[in-house]
Amino acid sequence: MCTYTTERATVSGSGKGPARWTRLDTATVYFDHPVHALADHTLNIDLAPHEGAPGDRVALELTAEAALALADAIHVALDAVPADLKV
Amino acid sequence: MPDEFLCGTTTVVGNGGDVIEAYAATPVAPTGAGGVVVIHHMPGFDEATKEIVRRFASWGYAAVAPNLHHRDAPGAASDDAAAANRAAGGVSDEQLLGDVSGAVDHLRAVSGSNGTVGTIGFCSGGRQSLLAGTGLPVDAVVDCYGAFVLADPPAEMNRPSMTIRDRLSSLTAPVLGLFGAEDSYPSPAEVAELDAILTAQGTEHTFVSYDGAGHAFFAVDRPAYRVAAAVDGWQRIADFYHEHLGQPQGWGR
Repeated sequence: MCTYTTERATVSGSGKGPARWTRLDTATVYFDHPVHALADHTLNIDLAPHEGAPGDRVALELTAEAALALADAIHVALDAVPADLKV
Repeated sequence: MPDEFLCGTTTVVGNGGDVIEAYAATPVAPTGAGGVVVIHHMPGFDEATKEIVRRFASWGYAAVAPNLHHRDAPGAASDDAAAANRAAGGVSDEQLLGDVSGAVDHLRAVSGSNGTVGTIGFCSGGRQSLLAGTGLPVDAVVDCYGAFVLADPPAEMNRPSMTIRDRLSSLTAPVLGLFGAEDSYPSPAEVAELDAILTAQGTEHTFVSYDGAGHAFFAVDRPAYRVAAAVDGWQRIADFYHEHLGQPQGWGR
């Protein structure tokens, strides 16, 4: 089903979209039907420049299991970094 | 040949007088039959939606799908526009009614139309097809596994109320509902309750729930596709529109 739920977050960083690298400042996260992934539902992440064109986003469609694995990997990677480097 | 149709991107006057993109397919010769508004699902004004529009034209019905995400990303790819719409909060029921109303007007203006118009939607569009039937003068409503018609989203989804239960008494057009018996949204219990409500209020309707099928069984590009349910469902849709929108003249079945 279409879940309608949408989480948003303010982010700071850059990503590479279809044409070039771009500054990113918004993240939209939701679990819903994918466009391309071979699953009925996926965890979808759109990273976008706040004032960019809609096509400037960096998009991910991950299975629920893959999304959790990614989240765990992010936590492990950040936990291994000295705190003074994360500011 | 009598089966020719023209298709492509056009515009309709949507909610608030906004001119929005739409995809239309129209038989070349007048058919004397009605038309169908195809309401796209949340993933957007995509190729699957346009294929459905063309399918109805191949049956002899003018069809049009308004791009409900046009305002959020004019000219963008459908998946990018869907993402932009999602980030902006989605499609309100008010907007849906206004945009579908513009599509209805578009179809009634088609040369040779008999003036009847049906609606159809899948998933979120199924709910919106019923919603259109409660607020617009349409003649036939097809709901394919629309969720949150009677039941609000689960608490963990943190969504405002979406039910259109209070509007159903305004639904006078006949309804064809196609559901998966293994779907949870809508659940078989919700489908049964909707069936009972339409029966009690005297709304003509036919509901079919397919064993072995869950949500989105019409979607040929998803694992949820169920060929037997989809083939039977399309035949039932054809029969339903022939009954309520008319038999396209010169078009075989």
